[in-house]
Amino acid sequence: MEDQLKTGKREDVCPSKKSKLDLDSLRAQIEEANEKAGPEYWRSLEELAGSPAFHEALHREFPKGASEWVDSVSRRGFLKVMGASMALAGMSGCVRLPLEPIVPYVRQPEDVIPGRPMFYATAMTLGGYASPLLVESHLGRPTKIEGNDRHPASLGGTDIFAQASILGMYDPDRSQSVMSMGDQRSWQSFLTAIRGPLSAQKALQGAGIRILTPTISSPALADQLRNFLKMYPQAKWHVYEPVNRDNVLEGAKLAFGQPVETRYDFEKADVSVSLDADFLYAGFPGNVRYIRDFAKRRNPDGNMNRLYVVESTPTTTGAKADHRLPMRASDIDNFAHALAAGCGIGTHASLPDEQQLNYLVGVMQDLRVHSGSSVVIAGGHQSPGVHALAHAINAKLGNVGKTVFYTDTIDTNPVNQTDSIKDLVADMNAGKVDVLVILGGNPAYDAPADLRFAELLNGNKVPLRVHLGLYQNETAELCQWHINQAHELEAWGDARAYDGTVSIVQPLIAPLYNGKSAVEFVALLSGQADATGYDLTRAYWQKQHAGPDFEQFWRKSLHDGWIEGTAFGAKQVAAKSDNLNPPLAASTNSNSIELNIRRDPTIYDGQFSNNGWLQELPKPMTKLTWDNAVLIGPKMAERLQIKVEDVVELELNGKKVTGPVWIQAGHPDNSVTVTLGYGRTRAGRVGTAQGFDAYALRTSSAPWIATGLQIRKTGDTYKLASTQGYQSMDTPDGGHRPLVRETTLEEYRKEPNFAKEDEPAPGLTLYQPYPYKDEAYAWGMTIDLNSCVGCNNCMLACQSENNIAVVGKEQAALGRHMHWIRVDAYYQGDRDNPKAFFQPVPCMQCEDAPCEVVCPVGATNHTSEGLNDMVYNRCVGTRYCSNNCPYKVRRFNFLLFQDWETPQYKMMRNPDVSVRSRGVMEKCTYCVQRINERRIDAEREDRKINDSNHENELQTACQQSCPAGAIVFGNINDPNSRVSKLKAQSRNYSLLGELNTRPRTTYLAEVSNPNPEFPATFAWKPIVE
Amino acid sequence: MEEQYKMTEDAQRSPVIEPGYTFGTVTEKISAIVLTRPASNGWFLGFGIAFMLTMMMLYAIGYLFLKGIGIWGANIPIGWGFAIVNFVWWIGIGHAGTLISAILLLLRQSWRNSINRFAEAMTLFAVAAAGIFPLIHVGRPWLAYWLFPYPSTMGVWPQFRSPLMWDVFAVSTYATISLLFWFIGLIPDMATLRDRAAHPVTRIIYGMLSMGWRGSARHWHRYETAYLLLAGLATPLVLSVHTVVSFDFAIAIVPGWHTTIFPPYFVAGAIYSGFAMVLMLAIPIRKIYGLEDFITERHLQNSAKVMLATGLIVAYGYGIEAFMGWYSGDRYDAFTLWNRLHGPYAVPYWSLLSCNIFIPQVLWIRKLRTSPVALFLISGVILVGMWLERFIIVVVSLHRDFLNSSWGMYYPTRWDWMTFIGTIGMFLAAMFLFLRILPAISIFEMRTLLPEAEVKAE
Repeated sequence: MEDQLKTGKREDVCPSKKSKLDLDSLRAQIEEANEKAGPEYWRSLEELAGSPAFHEALHREFPKGASEWVDSVSRRGFLKVMGASMALAGMSGCVRLPLEPIVPYVRQPEDVIPGRPMFYATAMTLGGYASPLLVESHLGRPTKIEGNDRHPASLGGTDIFAQASILGMYDPDRSQSVMSMGDQRSWQSFLTAIRGPLSAQKALQGAGIRILTPTISSPALADQLRNFLKMYPQAKWHVYEPVNRDNVLEGAKLAFGQPVETRYDFEKADVSVSLDADFLYAGFPGNVRYIRDFAKRRNPDGNMNRLYVVESTPTTTGAKADHRLPMRASDIDNFAHALAAGCGIGTHASLPDEQQLNYLVGVMQDLRVHSGSSVVIAGGHQSPGVHALAHAINAKLGNVGKTVFYTDTIDTNPVNQTDSIKDLVADMNAGKVDVLVILGGNPAYDAPADLRFAELLNGNKVPLRVHLGLYQNETAELCQWHINQAHELEAWGDARAYDGTVSIVQPLIAPLYNGKSAVEFVALLSGQADATGYDLTRAYWQKQHAGPDFEQFWRKSLHDGWIEGTAFGAKQVAAKSDNLNPPLAASTNSNSIELNIRRDPTIYDGQFSNNGWLQELPKPMTKLTWDNAVLIGPKMAERLQIKVEDVVELELNGKKVTGPVWIQAGHPDNSVTVTLGYGRTRAGRVGTAQGFDAYALRTSSAPWIATGLQIRKTGDTYKLASTQGYQSMDTPDGGHRPLVRETTLEEYRKEPNFAKEDEPAPGLTLYQPYPYKDEAYAWGMTIDLNSCVGCNNCMLACQSENNIAVVGKEQAALGRHMHWIRVDAYYQGDRDNPKAFFQPVPCMQCEDAPCEVVCPVGATNHTSEGLNDMVYNRCVGTRYCSNNCPYKVRRFNFLLFQDWETPQYKMMRNPDVSVRSRGVMEKCTYCVQRINERRIDAEREDRKINDSNHENELQTACQQSCPAGAIVFGNINDPNSRVSKLKAQSRNYSLLGELNTRPRTTYLAEVSNPNPEFPATFAWKPIVE
Repeated sequence: MEEQYKMTEDAQRSPVIEPGYTFGTVTEKISAIVLTRPASNGWFLGFGIAFMLTMMMLYAIGYLFLKGIGIWGANIPIGWGFAIVNFVWWIGIGHAGTLISAILLLLRQSWRNSINRFAEAMTLFAVAAAGIFPLIHVGRPWLAYWLFPYPSTMGVWPQFRSPLMWDVFAVSTYATISLLFWFIGLIPDMATLRDRAAHPVTRIIYGMLSMGWRGSARHWHRYETAYLLLAGLATPLVLSVHTVVSFDFAIAIVPGWHTTIFPPYFVAGAIYSGFAMVLMLAIPIRKIYGLEDFITERHLQNSAKVMLATGLIVAYGYGIEAFMGWYSGDRYDAFTLWNRLHGPYAVPYWSLLSCNIFIPQVLWIRKLRTSPVALFLISGVILVGMWLERFIIVVVSLHRDFLNSSWGMYYPTRWDWMTFIGTIGMFLAAMFLFLRILPAISIFEMRTLLPEAEVKAE
């Protein structure tokens, strides 16, 4: 208590209204308060005495209404209150002037050059898996996330969640203070409040303490938790995350008797077979690296790989497949058994139809030929049996040690999370839990519906409930105490990537709202209330790396972004039995409808609900924004006479949910997919009340796949906001537009120039050609459609780099979304199993740009380096340029879309890019701010950009973080630049080249690699609309 | 010449002015509307409604300035919506006035004398209504003056290759010439009103507007010369303005816009809709103010014939567009044609064909050509049809252009409708005021149609 007195932070709070002091009664109160451990540090006698007037004054210190948050406040009201309270609470984190005398710096601090960004290596986690990052920081404000190009799990790429985390950090809706029962409290008051219960538990050895965490890969945090458990040996640590790896771990246990992590090497895999595994999309552990490795093998001029995907809900991975077999998720178990049997593993299964049998035979032949250079990978929502069979097949094919590796789990507590939360709920029901500490996560919203977790929290079953979280969410509402958590970009910590490599999480900024990190919070529970995240993390690693060179080791680790030698080595695991035969899931009636529950492609499990970038990012296959939908196949829609946007009621075991339908080509029949994360009630102003809550149908026994679903039309309709108008290259008049040009490998070898149709002869123009050859640079770009996996990462990278506004669902539905680069998805062929294509479309920077001639004020002009520039200040907004743009890449500020008020967003924006106001056209600039910065650098050094010593010095934002490396940008005046070489390839073509706009952005046509001996799976029928 | 004309006139053709009028009665009848007849309740009602609609338009525009273009239905890909549709429609309507006053004057079609005055007024008001849209439709209307080539201190000029730039010149020239032409034509009548006005204030106002007109031979000589010169200037404008407006589309790359047939077909369409508007105004006016003797069956018939002729030119335009869509073999043009016929906007397209091509064919029937009620209805149909034509050109061409991914739909919002209907209100309000304060029919030109005016060559 004594030292806390010394170091406790002074709050800038003083009661404004004092009632007259009655000294005698006050003295009595103080004595009384001291007896029952009153506050250690007090601002006034009233506080020490705990007078209600003081609490009232403290409460009222903040603007009226700030602490009385109710959901019914209008958006405008919200902004006012938020802005006002920001001035006090939020900004205090970084620009509050200290009380001590301050001295301006005469010599600027080392390394800090105003106007020049700094890059710091750090990491963010998703489901425990770290994404290694490099964060751009302008004068102490992080503005842009890049992948850590030296880290094996990134190689420069990122995923959408990493890109969007910058917006998450600056989110003004994040929890900004410690809360108790709806009132703002101080950290000190929480310390006081928790002390009593903790010391009571001390006597019981912590028998009433339960800690519930999400998946934790952080060694330091796990160490803290284990320390705590040592102090309270009877306390229990439960782990639960809605998107967990239970099936993967159970599958490993089934196969090897121990939980192991599986790592794949797609660069060495000639043939990959995915059993419902969406390994080329964000959220799959290691996806960024897998995409890079996979894309490297998609070069038709090299040794091209082949991908078979057996999947239920269409995914981007399925879209990249050379042979995709749609199948209900519950039937994949059977298929896996058949595949295993085909590989000589003693299981039995019969396939229901010829199509599956043919497919199986084809896959089998290919796998056999590529023994030792193939991969069989199972999806996280498939049953443990499927995983075990995949392990057995990989072993049988000799892939283990070549393309498939086993390592220790990165999860520090690899328990079955569903069982873990079930145990917790049982204990709560039994009244065994006195103190429940929820360390992040949102179980009140996302725990299995049958456990009724929220009801338990709401009742009196658990006397003390504490929640640490980024948001005052559904769980925070039901806990007596809520501690505002520091975001990963503002806190110290560490985390493991999919391969085990540890990254040190460095803060880029002091916590905006004085939040506490999980490490600090657990340290507090263990009695180290003052320990900072920095000290704790450093101390942990000092223990691991004792020795005189620790300082060097630490600096290097921080600088590089990871700790050398922490990657898990391949582990030798022995199969539990030679003849693995997991039970075949009871075959379900093919007429009964199955429910597929998936994590959402953009807002994951709901933790990103309040992230406007992710909400507005189109889901890769449906291009829907701001909503989840009930996905059904075209056949089923036809049979049930359901149309797009019809609202249906889903009933599963008596639980009902209603949601709008989206008809997804390629979705298996008698199967319904819903995604998690929507229908939030306390997400924040962005995420609350968007979509429907699919968790209501999710039980602990069937978290991913359930059968016996009933679907009924309600007769209502609901407007969905899709950003793509039409998802086929076949026009409804029966025509076909060769927008994505594609062929098979065999055809490509015969006719390498297949993509060159409709190219007009060069020089066919009425305009005087500009002599670009005399310029040092002529910028150009290629996008390799074969590498692109449609992950949408480029869209968010661009949004972050170029300060692109979020417009909201109504505006997105009207077609006013602002993305400068978009990824078009087209479906071709059989509607029940179409081939899907992705095409990222930034500005083409046409040589003869149709937009330029029609602008009446000359606001869009050609530069000497061939860029098609927008002069925002000159634009009056006639929108003629957009009408005349055949690629429709121009975006117009129809309303005031940018948020000019919220201070956090001001800090977040890239200072090198102007923020556009209402009534102005905007579009992709090839990141002209980056070009200019590099040009200045290069000119000062008297050299050219991207010369041999500075390769990849200049990259556009979309290019830099593309995990597939599909986007290449550079100088086409230099015949040796990468982009020039790619443009010289036979696959290179211009989109709508026949219009003679002569685009600078060109595409490398798609070449698929189907098995030549394979029975035809695509009947090239046009999609019936 | 006039004599010859009159002699060949067949018995069936109704006269331009009914017999029995003298200089005095003509003057009396027309000036009475302005000077002596009290405004009826009907006038107040009509003007009141039109005025309220004008206020609604101002409200809609005020809200637009406050919020931005986003309150309208425009989006990406349909960057232009009602604003440009209405602009082209109104500009087109204006054309009939100029055609009647200038071209028919040069061609010595004396029957124009009874309708040219209000047709010119109609032109002015239509151009005013049209002129609102390009100004308010830009994203930052407070900067719309950047479209004018003013000597900016920054040395920045407009971009002269843009058809929108040409529009600025074409429309502003057109508005200026139309105003001058109209005003000069009014001067002798202003003097008549000045001389007949009883109230001193009225006399002073008309006196100022008549610019010292005394009716001397020298005045008449100068007047005739000026009027003829202006008619000569206005004549090419009839053809050029809508040609330039059509360039907004024809210059662009968008399938459905990029067509060389656009200039003549736009001009014909403009005259088509203009005459429809003339009839829609003339028919009630002649009925209410008892001007059947001045605006006779002959005028109605002639207008109907012009409509029939220009309607057929427009139909030819549609035909050529469709033919080229097929004949060019261009997949985008072919799809645009298909999309008009079968796409989501097929109903407006078929309505357009009905309104502009099929229904007006009844004008071949003489009985309908001479029936004011039938003509009024058909004119209404044509005006709707011509509006739909612009809707099809602007919206339907844009909504599905080159990249399938970027197709979209356009739904006008209530602000779109309020602005559009508001301009109709403004137009009508101006017409109502015009009828009450200026002679709706040219008095002195009517007098020249009387037998008394025929000067026998000695």
